[in-house]
Amino acid sequence: MRALANPRNLVVAAILIFLALVPVYAQARANPYLLSLFTRIIILAMAAVSLNLIMGFGGMVSFGHAAYIGLGGYAVGILAQEGITAGLVQWPVAIVTSALLAVVIGAFSLRTRGVYFIMITLAFAQMIYYVGVGLERYGGDDGLSIDRRSQFGGLFNLSNRTVFYYVCFGLLLASVYLVWRLVNSRFGLVIQGARSNDRRMRAIGFPTYRYRLVCFVIAGTICGLAGVLLANHTDFISPATMHWTRSGDLIVMAVLGGMGTVLGPVLGALALLLLEEALSGLTEYWQVILGPLLLAVVLFARGGIDGMLASLNRA
Amino acid sequence: MPEPLLEIDGLTKRFGGVVASDGIRLAVAPGELHAIIGPNGAGKTTLIGQLTGELAPDAGRIRFGGTDITRLPAHRRSLMGLARSFQITSLFLDFTALDNVALAVQAHAGHSFRFWRNARRERALREPAHKALARVGLVERAHCIVASMSHGEHRQLEIAMGLATAPRMLLLDEPMAGMGPEESQRMVALLRELKGELTILLVEHDMEAVFALADRITVLVYGRVIASDTPAVVRLNAEVRQAYLGEQEAVIRHG
Amino acid sequence: MLLFVEQCLNGLQVGLLLFLLAAGLTLVFGIMDLVNLAHGSLYMLGAYFAATFTAFTGSFLAGVALALGATLITGMAVEVIAMRRLYGRDHLDHVLGTFGLILFFNEIVRLVWGPEGRNLPLPAWLSKSIEILPGFPYSMYRLSIIVVSLAVALALYLVVMRTRFGMLVRAGASNREMVGALGVNIRLLYTFLFGVGAALAGLAGMMQAAILTAQIGMGENILILAFVVIIIGGIGSIRGAFIAALFVGFVDTVGRTFLPELLKLTLSPTAASTAAPALSSMLIYLLMAVVLVVRPSGLFPAAGR
Repeated sequence: MRALANPRNLVVAAILIFLALVPVYAQARANPYLLSLFTRIIILAMAAVSLNLIMGFGGMVSFGHAAYIGLGGYAVGILAQEGITAGLVQWPVAIVTSALLAVVIGAFSLRTRGVYFIMITLAFAQMIYYVGVGLERYGGDDGLSIDRRSQFGGLFNLSNRTVFYYVCFGLLLASVYLVWRLVNSRFGLVIQGARSNDRRMRAIGFPTYRYRLVCFVIAGTICGLAGVLLANHTDFISPATMHWTRSGDLIVMAVLGGMGTVLGPVLGALALLLLEEALSGLTEYWQVILGPLLLAVVLFARGGIDGMLASLNRA
Repeated sequence: MPEPLLEIDGLTKRFGGVVASDGIRLAVAPGELHAIIGPNGAGKTTLIGQLTGELAPDAGRIRFGGTDITRLPAHRRSLMGLARSFQITSLFLDFTALDNVALAVQAHAGHSFRFWRNARRERALREPAHKALARVGLVERAHCIVASMSHGEHRQLEIAMGLATAPRMLLLDEPMAGMGPEESQRMVALLRELKGELTILLVEHDMEAVFALADRITVLVYGRVIASDTPAVVRLNAEVRQAYLGEQEAVIRHG
Repeated sequence: MLLFVEQCLNGLQVGLLLFLLAAGLTLVFGIMDLVNLAHGSLYMLGAYFAATFTAFTGSFLAGVALALGATLITGMAVEVIAMRRLYGRDHLDHVLGTFGLILFFNEIVRLVWGPEGRNLPLPAWLSKSIEILPGFPYSMYRLSIIVVSLAVALALYLVVMRTRFGMLVRAGASNREMVGALGVNIRLLYTFLFGVGAALAGLAGMMQAAILTAQIGMGENILILAFVVIIIGGIGSIRGAFIAALFVGFVDTVGRTFLPELLKLTLSPTAASTAAPALSSMLIYLLMAVVLVVRPSGLFPAAGR
């Protein structure tokens, strides 16, 4: 057993403490942009954590995960447009529709393997994308402004940026904890076993399809909730949220951070979005640097950031 | 003869024009160690595939413990107590040896829609897994990552995973494949121990081992059963000798 | 009726463009086992090259020829610098690495050509329409796209089916090790093949640019369509890609034209005109999902995969 106080855990703990203190710092420096940036990071981290549950642990490389972000967002946007702003209605509706969508997508996609799985999840996400484009009543291609954030009565006020940040942060921690429990449970071992050797799993008596489907649905649901948060954060939802390149971003975050661990995607989201921020401060053409950097990560830094931290432990 | 545990009747499988299983008929009694031999291309792998549920037969029936399992999916057969090992080692390479065996235990310990408790701390899973590892002599290697273990150890682990589920029948697909003489010796000793406790269907190339261990032997040639009897009788069977003319004839005669 | 014929021709033209894009993609995928998301970037580069070279030389044909050469060379360079290192890695690495390349190329184009799109003006002889049937005029340019694409498809077929190079390519699609065992210089073959795929993508891009414009990100949506085509057709199969491309082209074009009319029966005209393109786009993905559920390796899987 490794000691708890190893370099990797210290780095992770430092990052979590830092994230918890961001609103304090932003307030002190009167820098609302900083708070907004980190709110976005945290929400996308949550989506990446959910993707990593199926991709990193379950070996199901979904190239359509942004569909759930869009769905969660549209649930908030459409209900708000129709005059229903109660969070206790919006959020459950978003969660349930995301779960249902994941059941449908998963039920079909999980019959295929490998690159066909990547492509069929992409195809489903594209369908959802075009549904968004076709929603003329709700802005079509241009998207939909959300005038009021989800209302939670006297419980908390999401329009307060600091409150909203901590709600997002709390939900991120909850998702990370949930995924961590899951992957170490009997269920999680089945999922990881199916990634490692599905044929053997069936030979020792596991009907793996249903376990993988349930896992797929859990991931979709968490991501739908992230979509709820993102729509509340930007006060806006549009099909662009579901474009396939957004799904690509989520994959980048998970891989960049390291897929082997629960917290990897959080590191990945932080790294990617802060890098974007830093590079765009450096030059207008920052993607010229970011693109090759991603390629370099693929080629030279397997295991992602978490992998590098873990190798610190061995040093 | 008591009611057979495994009964195969008229099992037929074609791949295009090739008949890989041609009306195979055989029965394995409880407690028996039944070996299946045959030259390359005799259809042993196809037979195993149909027994485990990875291939669907074109005709015929398979009964296990009195139940027709011909159309059951692989995982259901395993849950009924038909455990198997793979010819080409098929393990969870990124898991530890103990994790591998514990997964096999877990498969037979009710459904796995348990999302919260740490499964690696469940004694109900770990203890039987430990026992199975001890049985095959791998207990000191319990916490090794499987990818780092030797080929011989992989073969032992294959058996342990079969044993861990307390099966009624163990289907061993060439457990000695690729083993050195010393490792083979150990495997034969292990199988001898298991014999009597468990019904075993053994598909194996190593004639010496087969004739030393088996209660009954079925010989498969071009998908057909040409003999199914005790080793002594099979050894004298003219058709079998014909099929095995060449290097292995000597083994049959003297082994 | 005339509308239907015209839309069929348009569908054929869209399908053939898709085929040009998909042909390189399916070969690279089938032979190098590489998922190349950056294929759409080469389509975009072809369009920009053509716009620039045409403006520079003042001749459409010379511009296109130079642009083809430039995309070929760019493709080969990309293979040597980046793709080569991705062979043999898992698909997730491909997705990630080539995703990075998309960002790179989009930004390079913005850097070199600026954020606005570029027009590729047609010469006079291409911008008129001709009467292909009595009383039925059709755009000369669209017609020439059809002719050129068909010629390329035929040439591709002949090369793949009749030449030694083609034999190696086919052998590679079904059995990669075998080609290596034949003692062929695999690296060179791969580089060249990748370059040809790039040039085909570039050709599709420049032909499209003359109808719309050359724009940043123009390759991204059509790339996904090209993937749909090769998945439906079966990875590595040129014939499958051809048939699937035409199929997708028809569904898309005919859907876009006739769905609004159909929808107007139940929806308001404005609602119908926004919903219809979305619905016909969805139709394609639905088609692919159905094909994959029924035939998990596509319609014409290359042998041995």
